[in-house]
Amino acid sequence: MARLSTDLHPPAVAGPAAREEADRSDRVDRVTLIRPATRWPRLDLRELWAYRELLGILVWRDLKVRYKQSFVGIAWAIFQPALIAVVYTIVFGRFAKFPSSGIDYPVFVFAGLIPWMYFSSALSTGASSLVSNVNLVTKVYFPRLLLPGATVFVPLVDLALGCVVLVFLMWHYDAFPDGVVFVAGAGFVLLAALTALGASLWLSAVNVRYRDVPYAIPVFMQVLPLLSGVPFAIDQAPEKWQWILSLNPMTAVISGWRWAVLDAPEPQWGQVGVGVAVAVLIFLAGLTYFRSSEPRFADTI
Amino acid sequence: MSVAAITAEGLSKRYRIGELQAGYGTLRDSLARAARRVGHRQHHEKEHIWALEDVSFELGEGEVLGLIGRNGAGKSTLLRVLTRITAPTSGTATIRGRIGSLLEVGTGFHPELTGRENVFLNGAILGMRRREIARKYDDIVEFSGVSRFIDTPVKRYSSGMYVRLAFSVAAFLEPEILLVDEVLAVGDAEFQRRCLGRMEDMGESGRTVVFVSHNLQTIAQLCDRAILLDAGSVVMDGESADVVARYLQSGLGSGSVREWPDDETGPGDRVARLLAARVVEGDGTLAEAADVRRPIGVEITFRVLEGDTPVIPKIKVVDRQGDIAFNAMDTHDRWHGPTAPGVYRATAWIPGNLLNEGLTAIDVELVSLAAPKLLHHAQERSAVSFHVQDPGEGDSARGLFTGQVRGVVRPLLDWDAEGPS
Repeated sequence: MARLSTDLHPPAVAGPAAREEADRSDRVDRVTLIRPATRWPRLDLRELWAYRELLGILVWRDLKVRYKQSFVGIAWAIFQPALIAVVYTIVFGRFAKFPSSGIDYPVFVFAGLIPWMYFSSALSTGASSLVSNVNLVTKVYFPRLLLPGATVFVPLVDLALGCVVLVFLMWHYDAFPDGVVFVAGAGFVLLAALTALGASLWLSAVNVRYRDVPYAIPVFMQVLPLLSGVPFAIDQAPEKWQWILSLNPMTAVISGWRWAVLDAPEPQWGQVGVGVAVAVLIFLAGLTYFRSSEPRFADTI
Repeated sequence: MSVAAITAEGLSKRYRIGELQAGYGTLRDSLARAARRVGHRQHHEKEHIWALEDVSFELGEGEVLGLIGRNGAGKSTLLRVLTRITAPTSGTATIRGRIGSLLEVGTGFHPELTGRENVFLNGAILGMRRREIARKYDDIVEFSGVSRFIDTPVKRYSSGMYVRLAFSVAAFLEPEILLVDEVLAVGDAEFQRRCLGRMEDMGESGRTVVFVSHNLQTIAQLCDRAILLDAGSVVMDGESADVVARYLQSGLGSGSVREWPDDETGPGDRVARLLAARVVEGDGTLAEAADVRRPIGVEITFRVLEGDTPVIPKIKVVDRQGDIAFNAMDTHDRWHGPTAPGVYRATAWIPGNLLNEGLTAIDVELVSLAAPKLLHHAQERSAVSFHVQDPGEGDSARGLFTGQVRGVVRPLLDWDAEGPS
């Protein structure tokens, strides 16, 4: 029979039969070795895979709670970006006349806002995901990675609702994607998700120890849209600044998304590359920090 | 198959003292602590305590183990280590089989979700697969007895319904190894009995169970074996009846006073709450030990919060084996009608020459009559305890005998005798 192990040295060979057995063995490993936290964190993808159903349930729970009073839930998902879009249009579009790549400013800024709102929502719920689920963390075992992990999926529904409004605006302002390029938008959403998850991993773990995090986040959330090019087209900033701004992965997300869905000018792929590299770095650093502090969460939370 | 289900070797867990009080802080606190530490390096060691120290045991498949010890003895820490909620500081444990843990009923229940939704959520959190929950769903709902309200958000449930639904999910967990913290302390007596019945079945069906409880009776009833922990170390490991007896004799249990200074957190519900329980002599002074020949009082102070229910003070006297000696409630007619809000003090006088020698524990309860049952507003197991002693002056039921007198009670009887004829 297959005997799975949470040990560092799992059985090297696992044939199809063994895998089937493992799948049937209702998820918890047959032999569990409990021992002090290892010096180097491990990823343990096998365990994460075994817990995939719980991830789904956690996402389902958050969605269910969020849209329980469905009218209010949906209304807020649309009202929030709409209000900001109106204010940005008046202040940045009319008064300051920010560059918008020749696209009508309302649709231009709204298109930039929805991936931004996705990121902002994923990050702020992700950062508090451990602390707000304190009863789970202290009372039952599962890979804690699932908690910030689930928060990346939940705001995708808001994003989808935002897209419905965006399509309406696109029709109204006659701004359409250049053929199937719009599919690339998904890739940029993925980049936003990766960045949000990486930052959430780090912030949620820090938040367990230091409750300063919820105070710090809103400050960044005020400043970051301006640095990510939400109210203006990044390609019209001075060349030197473009590179500095591209260190922020969300800059690539927003310019790339606009290119994909609005046929805005193509982003500079070198700058997108910088953004992707930074996102991967944030993710790996966050994951390492999270995994290495995970054994102490229940003690310090 | 005689392979051990759980093998623990030298499990130890160290906490920093600050962590036990408030785990988290702000960055400023940490900086301040770091600054202090630079100045006083030698104090470093003192900041730690061992919640668990070198705990080793082996538990065979199908064994039911009880963990006992006073608060802070390390029972819960051991359970948290075994369930992988927290990692040990040193030592290892190997667990063979699918683990299920139950440290709280209704872990992860969300108030906004309906009973049905919470069954699936809670089941998944406790480690059940979706298919498995779907298969057992009807049985779970039936066991809970809340099927009429299953599509109502649980925030509208009474606390009794909430606990019953939560426990029903847990009761259908079918792990090979079940780790249970004191979760039976909630719920009404009838439901508790049904849950205990299910747990007993688990033991009989070859499931390995580790069970923490303050209720020594439950331990003696459910477990074959018990481990007594004190200050993080194993004091005794053996047959549950022996370990329970040792625990009661060692004086590790509660003392003669128990106070709940905070109205909000004392045992009780919205109708009434316990404030204090004391063991007193005839003159009202505290008694650690009671002379077997003299009456001893159990004084209960409690607050009635709502004025529309009769609240009756009640005690349950438990002997050192964990057996109930007797139950007694105040039958005076002052408790017959609804009890007006306010603070009350009632003292139950246990007559002299009734109890046997040894440690006696008192469960203190506040109840209402709800025939054929009692409705418990507050219930504190082993709230207070005291030693019954016989000075051996020949005028007790012991007479001139100096050996052990067995029995739950030891009344001094009137004997009639005739002869020689």
